[in-house]
Amino acid sequence: MEAFQYSKAKSVNDAVTGLASNGAKLVAGGTTLIDLMKLNVERPATVIDINTLPLDRIEAQPDGGLKIGAMVRNSDLAHDAQVQKLYPVLSEALLSGASPQLRNMASTGGNLLQRTRCYYFRDTAYACNKREPGSGCPAIDGYNRIHAVLGGSEHCIATHPSDMCVAMMALDATIHVTGAAGERSIPITEFYLVPGSTPEHENVLRAGEVITHVTLPALADGAKSHYLKRRDRASYEFALASAAVIVEMSGRQIHRARIAMGGVGTKPWRSPEAEHALAGREANEKTFRSAADAALHGAVPRRNNGFKIELAKMTLVRALQIVTAA
Amino acid sequence: MRRAGRPHEETTDAKKDEEIVDTATVAPAGPRTDGISRRFFVSNLAGAAIAVTASPLLHGGATATVVETQEPAGTGESAGTIPVALNVNGQMHQLQIEPRVTLLDALRENLGMFGTKKGCDHGQCGACTVHVNGRRINSCLTFAVMHQEDKVTTVEGLATNGELHRVQAAFLEHDAFQCGYCTSGQIMSAVALLNEPCGASDDAIRECMSGNICRCGAYDNIVAAVRSARGSA
Repeated sequence: MEAFQYSKAKSVNDAVTGLASNGAKLVAGGTTLIDLMKLNVERPATVIDINTLPLDRIEAQPDGGLKIGAMVRNSDLAHDAQVQKLYPVLSEALLSGASPQLRNMASTGGNLLQRTRCYYFRDTAYACNKREPGSGCPAIDGYNRIHAVLGGSEHCIATHPSDMCVAMMALDATIHVTGAAGERSIPITEFYLVPGSTPEHENVLRAGEVITHVTLPALADGAKSHYLKRRDRASYEFALASAAVIVEMSGRQIHRARIAMGGVGTKPWRSPEAEHALAGREANEKTFRSAADAALHGAVPRRNNGFKIELAKMTLVRALQIVTAA
Repeated sequence: MRRAGRPHEETTDAKKDEEIVDTATVAPAGPRTDGISRRFFVSNLAGAAIAVTASPLLHGGATATVVETQEPAGTGESAGTIPVALNVNGQMHQLQIEPRVTLLDALRENLGMFGTKKGCDHGQCGACTVHVNGRRINSCLTFAVMHQEDKVTTVEGLATNGELHRVQAAFLEHDAFQCGYCTSGQIMSAVALLNEPCGASDDAIRECMSGNICRCGAYDNIVAAVRSARGSA
């Protein structure tokens, strides 16, 4: 790990000011940043500690939604009574990610900015367009079992690894940021970028902007939600495929559904196609299967990850079976 | 990972190493004050090997490890170091270290508290689990400088008045280890689990303990020990 200057932000403005200097990074839980610093993938000149900023509250909103501070730890968010009651999909997604220790460390804001687990991105002996723009992508013709089948380009097929973000994508979360130019709010569905020809740009955050909190809108009365994750072992492993599903039912008919997929996309993957295939249909195997086909329509398999397409479909079908069970 | 504060970085002489080890062994922070420790023995073997071979490769890697473990706490203001105050097991320690020193390395290399283990050093194995303000975390993925207002508890801080914590006793009773390298991390996780929302079943215990990998595969006995410790509350 390279040496760096350490400072502690006493306010959000402090953090914004600090980020204006070249090569400055914020550290919250540290579970992504410090890991990547040890690999020399991240080499910040300055590390700004934001752990004492007062952004660690979960607050009910007048509209029935929830406001979640950027420094709320993943374990606290997962076990929060309001989250468990209002948004089971979010609690389940958080508890399916990482380990109890890591969830005690990882923050909400940090999870939103979690970096890919692509082997080549994490190993500086290899080229990587995300790490060194223009250097090439060894994953495309290399070992790509964990890589994305949706949203990739000839420059990058790295998977977004987060579970929390998949749930928040289905929940239509809004991300609130503060920068030198003031505050702004970004719908999470517009926050992440597919790699295209610039995989180094993963989201629409501008230089120097700090995530302060996330808001979740209230779900419709009677809406049910669920997160289902498939992986190589039963716990403490990244998703090969996952599904966050939220459905509003009228009897056995699906009034409205919101669907997001994890483990298969270059960003947390919202699927309007699957939602369209579910809306107004009866909740049955045929409907679920057609939604799954729609969600994975256009998926591009590579040498080692073709199995993800069927796995993701089965994951979505199973999640829908569970959430619509009477 | 390169670390801070190495006044004896270039030392390769085995005898010199030995003198420094003595200083560390009697330092207040050191956990061992009795006889020759395993650490002492291994360190001196490594020092001797380096003195004989004098390989440039070993000089950079192995020497650093040997010397750093022997650095007395709180000395050596090398370039880039800053003062860091740490409360570990109720005792305050003043260190002079670089910001890049992880909490794990500060505990082991600067405070001589070797109960907390370094496994993967990337948050993937749980061997480095400690408690910060009562919550378990991976000490390898956090910088010591970030914990100056916190209370850190390591496996050395569990026993009270010479009596083992009930989780430690349960691990002994149920033979919940083989080689023992992951054990302090397992125990720190299990102690934290007692105060966490974790279901009652063995499957729930497995899930709540999944952040601690045991390569020997002592899982059945670990689950039995945790079950037993929870029952004896």
